Amino acid sequence: MTRKQRRLVLIGGSLGVLAIAVALMLNAFRDSIVFFNSPSDILENHVGPGTRIRLGGLVKTGSLVRSDGLRIRFEVTDGKNEIPVTYRGVVPDLFREGQGVVAEGALNTSGVFIADTILAKHDATYMPKEVVDALKKSGHWKDEYEQRAALPVTGATK
Amino acid sequence: MIPELGHYALMLALGVALVQGTMPIVGTRTNDPLLMSMATPAALAQFAFVAIAFLALAECYVVSDFSVFNVYENSNTTMPLIYRLTSVWGNHEGSMMLWVSILVFFGALVALFGGNLPSALKANALAVQAWIAAAFELFILATSNPFLRIPNAPFEGRDLNPILQDPGLAFHPPMLYLGYVGFSITFSFAIAALLEGRIDAAWARWVRPWVLVAWMCLTLGIAGGSYWSYYELGWGGFWFWDPVENASLMPWLAGTALLHSALVMEKREALKVWTILLAILTFSLSLMGTFLVRSGVLTSVHAFATDPARGVFILAILVVFIGGALSLYAWRAPLLKQGGLFAPISREGALVFNNLFLVTACATVLIGTLYPLALAALTGEKISVGPPFFNSTFGPLFIALMIVMPFGPLMGWKRGDLLGAAQRLLAAAILSAVAAAAAFAITHRGPVLAPFGIGIAIFVMAGAVTDIVERTMVLRVPSRVALMRAVGLPRSAWGTAFAHFGLGVTLFGIVAVTAWSSERIAEVKPGGSLDIAHYRVTFDGVFNRTGSNYQDVVGRFTVLRGDELVGVMEPSRRNFPDRDMATTEAALMTRGVSQLYISIGDPNKDGSIPVRVYFKPQVLLIWLGAGFMFFGGALSLSDRRLRIGAPRPAKARQQKPKAALQAAE
Repeated sequence: MTRKQRRLVLIGGSLGVLAIAVALMLNAFRDSIVFFNSPSDILENHVGPGTRIRLGGLVKTGSLVRSDGLRIRFEVTDGKNEIPVTYRGVVPDLFREGQGVVAEGALNTSGVFIADTILAKHDATYMPKEVVDALKKSGHWKDEYEQRAALPVTGATK
Repeated sequence: MIPELGHYALMLALGVALVQGTMPIVGTRTNDPLLMSMATPAALAQFAFVAIAFLALAECYVVSDFSVFNVYENSNTTMPLIYRLTSVWGNHEGSMMLWVSILVFFGALVALFGGNLPSALKANALAVQAWIAAAFELFILATSNPFLRIPNAPFEGRDLNPILQDPGLAFHPPMLYLGYVGFSITFSFAIAALLEGRIDAAWARWVRPWVLVAWMCLTLGIAGGSYWSYYELGWGGFWFWDPVENASLMPWLAGTALLHSALVMEKREALKVWTILLAILTFSLSLMGTFLVRSGVLTSVHAFATDPARGVFILAILVVFIGGALSLYAWRAPLLKQGGLFAPISREGALVFNNLFLVTACATVLIGTLYPLALAALTGEKISVGPPFFNSTFGPLFIALMIVMPFGPLMGWKRGDLLGAAQRLLAAAILSAVAAAAAFAITHRGPVLAPFGIGIAIFVMAGAVTDIVERTMVLRVPSRVALMRAVGLPRSAWGTAFAHFGLGVTLFGIVAVTAWSSERIAEVKPGGSLDIAHYRVTFDGVFNRTGSNYQDVVGRFTVLRGDELVGVMEPSRRNFPDRDMATTEAALMTRGVSQLYISIGDPNKDGSIPVRVYFKPQVLLIWLGAGFMFFGGALSLSDRRLRIGAPRPAKARQQKPKAALQAAE
């Protein structure tokens, strides 16, 4: 084989692998992307039952109910609207009323959000960026959050 | 006084970096040996000043000087000394100090041990290293000064984030940074080669040990972080495809590709242009990882409160270095001469295949990680790309790579014999088919693909063993001869086999845990029990325990297998009053390479507690495999040709062989 032919084999092979990778990615993008929604987004966009989404906001103070076993019920609020959420399992260390939360799951037909994942956070002062934006959008961003968020960085190396 | 000293030393380091970044390059342009030789002492001085700054910060932590804001924020007198020390890098400012310290440490190593480098290459490389150091020193001084004072010093600090009060913090970030920053050396050498417009096999020989060291540290750093999150976060996940994890995986993938392409370049002078590009990309990905973690642009499990101004600064550094490096590459790379020829089916061909798949896999991770950012910037829509995306893109590419991997070492350079390699791998293939069938027969649940994964893992391991069997001819010659051959094998051959074997071990662990873990989540009352796998876990009750700066609520569990008492496990909830935070301290019981894992929630009023019990089969193999990879890297690093360095002209060697050897050692 000449240098040219070898180069053609190489380029052809590379393009083939790239094509496969692109196909895999397009396919994966179709089914495995999860949109972030605030409670108001869900109501405005009429998110249908069964669609997998992330719901973010604050855990409404006074809404947390622990029932049998490990089932909990609480409401996620962005100050304007609330969505009831149920979850079965052990909640992360920093889950509590009045704190920001991001839950992943889907709505059922009666409008209750069935969460299968409550995202863990590493830091008590941290508020998910999406939650901050959602609160600002609904006009319920309070300075106390700002102060809390503006507390000097308590970050870590990971 | 001490903090001011540290601050001052850091400024001096910046000054030295500016000199080190310019004078040696001027020297190479004007062919002035004096200016070129400035690089070495400058790199050493640079290291000394940064070390002083780092030690000053550490001293502030050790003596709990709360007049320093950073110490006040992240430390506490009740913390044990080890955590007060690790707190130094358990926060943004301090971790950037660690970053720069490791950067200049590598620079000093090149200055000290680069005696046999051509002077122009060394001068240029150290100058590039100084640019990076200067950028990050400026970043620390301008936006993240760890030596800031508070006017009225408080009596007590605010304590370190409880999740970080763990031995993992002593190990994981330094290892990870040694890996990330270690690739800066290859980057500097690549830029230096481009500045000179000349590159040859010797370049690869000088650079490869640095790639190896960085790769080894990064491997251990990632594995350590994975194990840490496995036991710390309380639900036994070892990998989340979280943006911050991806940020460390991408340099690892690119670095692994670089390790292999540098091999081709060293042996056959081929793939030169590509290797230079990979060296640039690998460090660029490390820089990007720093940006992703430090700027907080992505929502991640690891996300911490961050400051946008810093993000913009690091982004600027990123753009200048990556953009500059790639422009230089586009301009100068065409000057580099073409390398040796090889057939598609050959050792080189196999390594090209390796590179192609590693880089493509790396690209899928990159796109999955950055896509949410791009979409949010373009349309304002917020999405998350989770594990399903990575499993269905990265997964197949990596599996393809693993299937082909055992063939590589069995191929000859230049022109390989695919059929011959396949014949030699027949035993490995049969073994893996048997293992897959056995896995299918033994386990009657779990994904159908799992036995297939086990088969591939066994194939990779058996393939690595085959390579050694073939090289030592252990079954064909008397065992004494085979032993002699084994001793005589270059250590890099053993290194390859160990590292490849380790990858198989890790894959085995991942497949087993993903497919066959058992999980029980329940609320149990004292005296109640749960059955999991072959074990019965009985909850005896809770008791309190007081630590230095925390209170534990400990659940006591007795573990039985049949009627035999296996042991007692004590998971706890750890409350840190200074931060008003609690962490989950899981209890682990190791059985062979499998683990029983218990974590508990806060006790209810009626005395019951929420419990999560997992049985994780073969889980330790995941990290054990990384250990094999590290060991393989270390063996390769101790190989004679890397120890001795670049070959000398035959004439010089004949004249004074002893002196030459001593100098090289």
